[in-house]
Amino acid sequence: MMLAAIVPTTTYYLILAAVLFGIGATGLLVRRNPLVMFMCVELMLNAVNLTFVAFATRFGNIDGQTAVFFVMVVAAAEVVVGLGIIISILRRRPGATADDLAELRG
Amino acid sequence: MLDVIWLIPAFPLAGFLTILLFGRRLGDPVAGFLAAGAVLGSFVVSVGAYFDLLSLDEHDREHIETLFSWVPVSSLQVDMAFLADPLSLTMCLFVTGIAFLIHLFAIGYMHGDPKFSKFFLYLNLFVLSMTLLILGENLLVTFLGWEGVGTCSYFLISFWHHKDSAATAGKKAFVTNRIGDWGFMLAMFIGFEAVGSVSYGALNGAAEGGALSQNTATAIAALLFVGAVGKSAQFPLYLWLPDAMEGPTPVSALIHAATMVTAGVFLMTRMNPMLAAAAPEVSTVIAYVGAFTALFAATIAVAQTDIKKVLAYSTVSQLGYMFLAVGSGAFVAAIFHMVTHAFFKALMFLGSGSVIHGMHHEQDMRKMGALRKFMPITAFTFLIGWLAIAGVPPFAGFWSKDEILLFALVKSPVLYVIGLITAVLTAFYMTRQIIMVFFGEAKWTSHANAEEAAEGDEAHASTAHGEFKPHESPGIMLVPLVVLAGLSAVGGIIQLPSFGFIPDNWQHKLESWLHPVVEAGEAHITESGAYDNKELLALLAIACALIGIGVAVAIYAKHLAKPVEPEILADGWKYDSTVSAFMGGPGRKAFDAVAWFDKTVVDGAVNGVGKLVSGGAGELRKTQTGNVRNYAGIVGVGVVALLVWFVIGRGVL
Repeated sequence: MMLAAIVPTTTYYLILAAVLFGIGATGLLVRRNPLVMFMCVELMLNAVNLTFVAFATRFGNIDGQTAVFFVMVVAAAEVVVGLGIIISILRRRPGATADDLAELRG
Repeated sequence: MLDVIWLIPAFPLAGFLTILLFGRRLGDPVAGFLAAGAVLGSFVVSVGAYFDLLSLDEHDREHIETLFSWVPVSSLQVDMAFLADPLSLTMCLFVTGIAFLIHLFAIGYMHGDPKFSKFFLYLNLFVLSMTLLILGENLLVTFLGWEGVGTCSYFLISFWHHKDSAATAGKKAFVTNRIGDWGFMLAMFIGFEAVGSVSYGALNGAAEGGALSQNTATAIAALLFVGAVGKSAQFPLYLWLPDAMEGPTPVSALIHAATMVTAGVFLMTRMNPMLAAAAPEVSTVIAYVGAFTALFAATIAVAQTDIKKVLAYSTVSQLGYMFLAVGSGAFVAAIFHMVTHAFFKALMFLGSGSVIHGMHHEQDMRKMGALRKFMPITAFTFLIGWLAIAGVPPFAGFWSKDEILLFALVKSPVLYVIGLITAVLTAFYMTRQIIMVFFGEAKWTSHANAEEAAEGDEAHASTAHGEFKPHESPGIMLVPLVVLAGLSAVGGIIQLPSFGFIPDNWQHKLESWLHPVVEAGEAHITESGAYDNKELLALLAIACALIGIGVAVAIYAKHLAKPVEPEILADGWKYDSTVSAFMGGPGRKAFDAVAWFDKTVVDGAVNGVGKLVSGGAGELRKTQTGNVRNYAGIVGVGVVALLVWFVIGRGVL
């Protein structure tokens, strides 16, 4: 009965998205494992997707959902390339952290 | 022939390229004949073009032949174009004609020189540059030739560069001429700024039509005169010319007497409408510089002992006469004297070359004497040159000098008196030279120049040690002498004055020929008192010449008085040594200061900018840590900062 009373509003989704984005951003900054950092980036992307969908539902406009499709397609492509790079790096230097990969410093 | 006027420079260019590629194989004397043939080709084309132009109506005598667009840069359009008009063809005729004769002479003179073909390479390059200078339709083409002749002059003065003095003299000529070139370039820039073109037609048209302000015309004319002073060896820039005698004698005859050094006079004549539009002070300055140079150089020539140095100072002096004429508005007389001077001075330089050749490279006149018995043809032709330059009628020099003096008198009696004194001195020093070289007793001995011979022509070094006897030069050297002697004798015919006993249709031929070119600037003196008494003035000039000759004969031939040859005159009034001392002392310090300024301030500013950029970049590099999490952090901070700015600063939300 109480459960039925809680009708999720747009705000809930936005708060959830903000929390997910925060977790992703923090993870990106504090973790060193490239694979984990990569997952954090995905988390941030999907947090943004969530806001798109939430607003699209809220305003009854399909544009947001369309944008999400594009983001997902691009993210899929990005995962393929990104994972490929990370795996080839780790194969060459097993156990390397993101901090070790600083060959391009000025 | 007017359509193929470009053949005039093309012939020596072809000769130059051929000798450049095959010179060594052609060798001595084929390379020389090839070079001479190329110049003869130019001369033939010049003659053809002359007759073509003559057949046209007086005011149509201007033909511009454009080869290609040379500098097409927006508003600056310069064509490689040649201008055939009475002035340029007069120059072409005598330049290529005399150049041909001197090429012939040089075949004999340079015989046996190890760099025989190279010499003719440079000579052809010189003729190419000189014809470009003359035929150029605009200041830039002329400037190309102007620099070309300067470069060839440098090459040829230093031709025997194993001699220190020759190498130094070449550098001196080049550096001194730079000062003049600076004036030429500035004049060109100002002309382009004011008129938007550097062609003679546009510049002179603007000057004649009053489109130029007097100040602009004054600046252009004065700066061109600076250029002319350098190239034509006027005071104070004359000091490279006497040193230029280090070059082989045919070079002295061709470049440093007959043609290149007259380029300044040619330029002033070409730009005579500009001079007419300029402030009258410019002409006055030119006249006084010319007159002073004439007198100054003549006094120095009196005490020289080197056979070529006398002629060199004489050349400076005669060029002074030409500038006196230009300054007095007597452009026709200037060109007239240029032509006659080219005849007799080329003759005398070649004559002195013949003497030097016959004396096994002895140049000191004190070691000569009585040479007329050994070299009769050289002596005879030299005597004609002497009569011509001394101003004895009816030889060429008399007519041209007399005409200049007439204009000078109308301009100012002071100039006239300076001119007359110079005429006396000219007759004096030339007579002195004649007597010292060809008359009197033989002062050379069998071993007189064993050491001098070694430094010149190697081929003669061996003969100099044995029985020494001057000898007459070979035929190929004598032919040019005879031809030039003939021209020196009758050259005055091209511009006879209107004296009563001369038939009307013989008078003022050059003047009516050049009239379309110089009508804007030419002075008109027919109304003056001097003009009415010109026969008397001519008699006065003859008297001056005879006084000079008489005094010299009395001193050097009859020994009635001791020669007066003060040390200071032999040293050229110490002008050269003073300039050298100044340039070596305080001048050197000034140059060092300028060099220091350049190194520290100018270079410092340039290098400072470079250091600033590379230093800043070095600092900036440190932000690129290569650490991904670092970048991510910076991006995060940036996003937050943007957010704050939008929310608080721009009031979004």
